[in-house]
Amino acid sequence: MKQAFPILAVLTAFFLVYAFYQALWVAPTDALQGDVYRIIYYHVPSAWTAFLLFFINFIASVQYLANAKPSTARAARWIVIAIGTVGFFASFVPQVRQQLPTGMYPSSVATTFLIITGLYFVIGKYFGGQDLGGFSAFILAVNTSGAMSPFMPRVMRRFFTKVFGAYGAADGQDLDVLAVTTAEVGVVFCTIVLVTGPIWARPVWGIWWAPGDIRLTSTLVLWLIYVSYLVLRRFSDSAQTQKLAAVLAVFGALDVPLVYFSIWFFRTQHPQPVIGGGGSMDPRMLHVLLISWMAFLSFAFLVCWSRYRLEKLRREVEEAEALESLMETSATFSAGKVPFSQGSK
Amino acid sequence: MRSFWSIALATLTKDIRLEWRSKDALNAMLFFSLLVVVIFVFSFDPLAEESRHIVGGLVWVAFLFAAVVALNQTWARELRNQVLDAYRVSPAPANALFLAKAVGNFILVSLLEALMAPLFVIFYNLRVLGPAWQLIPVALLGTWALVVNGTFFAAMSLRTRSRELMLPLLLFPVSIPAVLGMVAGTTNILTGENPAHFYIVLLLTYDVVFTTACLALFETVLQAE
Repeated sequence: MKQAFPILAVLTAFFLVYAFYQALWVAPTDALQGDVYRIIYYHVPSAWTAFLLFFINFIASVQYLANAKPSTARAARWIVIAIGTVGFFASFVPQVRQQLPTGMYPSSVATTFLIITGLYFVIGKYFGGQDLGGFSAFILAVNTSGAMSPFMPRVMRRFFTKVFGAYGAADGQDLDVLAVTTAEVGVVFCTIVLVTGPIWARPVWGIWWAPGDIRLTSTLVLWLIYVSYLVLRRFSDSAQTQKLAAVLAVFGALDVPLVYFSIWFFRTQHPQPVIGGGGSMDPRMLHVLLISWMAFLSFAFLVCWSRYRLEKLRREVEEAEALESLMETSATFSAGKVPFSQGSK
Repeated sequence: MRSFWSIALATLTKDIRLEWRSKDALNAMLFFSLLVVVIFVFSFDPLAEESRHIVGGLVWVAFLFAAVVALNQTWARELRNQVLDAYRVSPAPANALFLAKAVGNFILVSLLEALMAPLFVIFYNLRVLGPAWQLIPVALLGTWALVVNGTFFAAMSLRTRSRELMLPLLLFPVSIPAVLGMVAGTTNILTGENPAHFYIVLLLTYDVVFTTACLALFETVLQAE
């Protein structure tokens, strides 16, 4: 599977160049915004990638906490199934349907609920202490299903499960490593969103930052929460870090809907200049957007992969060092030399 | 074994008695928020009309910073003489300890708010234009929102290096919706332009969600080894 890394890297580079070409030259110019709008091909894919990574972080954290006790793991599983089922069917109820923003179809909301439920089990299956193969296959399936032909995911899945199948992993640490990796890479993508957002807003809305804009502001809060998550991990280097970080991730995820809700009301009270295009998108633009997202996802996956491996190696080295120093201490003891003996003779 | 509530009550009375005799946290908080008020008075010199729009933000920023002073001391007290370790090995439920600490902080911060609110009224010549009684639920729910998460994150930051620094770094991002609810709710009540009902509901939702989360996860944090 190590050999697959350079192949994937080359593919990603190709995707990124292709997406760049498509975004700058192939995509049609927007009637209202002119060429400025092309930043959407970097802004929106980064946002989607960041949200996906944060979501994976949340799931990994929940499972890390749930795995501590078999009963909680079982309860968590049933809660996820309940949320998925209720969410799926609720999307089609007429009363809920009316609440959905225009342009958002009930079927897509229902599919999102299914994917969310599925993701919980996929991650639980492959990071409970087994292998990375299924996960990479899953990401690539998500990856390719957007812009490529529908038969690709299965072929890809079989291919990558074969290639990555040997990626053996030992213990439940994997969930925590996954959480660190996705949080770090997610913060990077979120930063791209927060930088490109104002750059886009300035020529279009005439202001750098719209304090009442729901998407910019909730992305900023999300970014703050995950930066504090990384700060916590940096500041505590004991064995409890993983549990504390998982708890904080759960708190952060609980916070997100409240942030969204509060700013939504705040904005309806303080009307802002027209936010976003709304309505439907030119299919040619949507095509380029999806290609761009595919390129960004591949890139994110590549970075996550190397970071994941790096973190695992770092922990292995740490363990080996701890073991070595333990051996040394016991060797000194058995040789009759007592360390730290100043006064007593 | 004693019941959940008697353990919580015993811890709470112990904390209140300690605070009553030393008055460390309360004095520090009072003086700190007094300084913040005075600095704000020098920084902004608003007319009565403007002050109604900004004072909601000022008052809660002052209380937020002052509350951090109290919250940092919550658990530090238990570290001396390994009290917390003793608690960990005892069969007493972890949530009794958490609730006692949270309620203790709530009383302390509410007391601070009751003492400091008149100062804001004096310095900014405030007159409430909306329904003034709604300030009470906003203040109570807002204080609980700050204190419940603050107590939890203070317990969490015990395990980190430079823990006094960690608490605000963890607490503030998660508290953003609560702070928005408190500030916008207070401003709406002071100006009387818009109803504040939504913000009271928002704060109530926030309190319910995070109190549940804290009670569900506190044992994990206390026992994390």
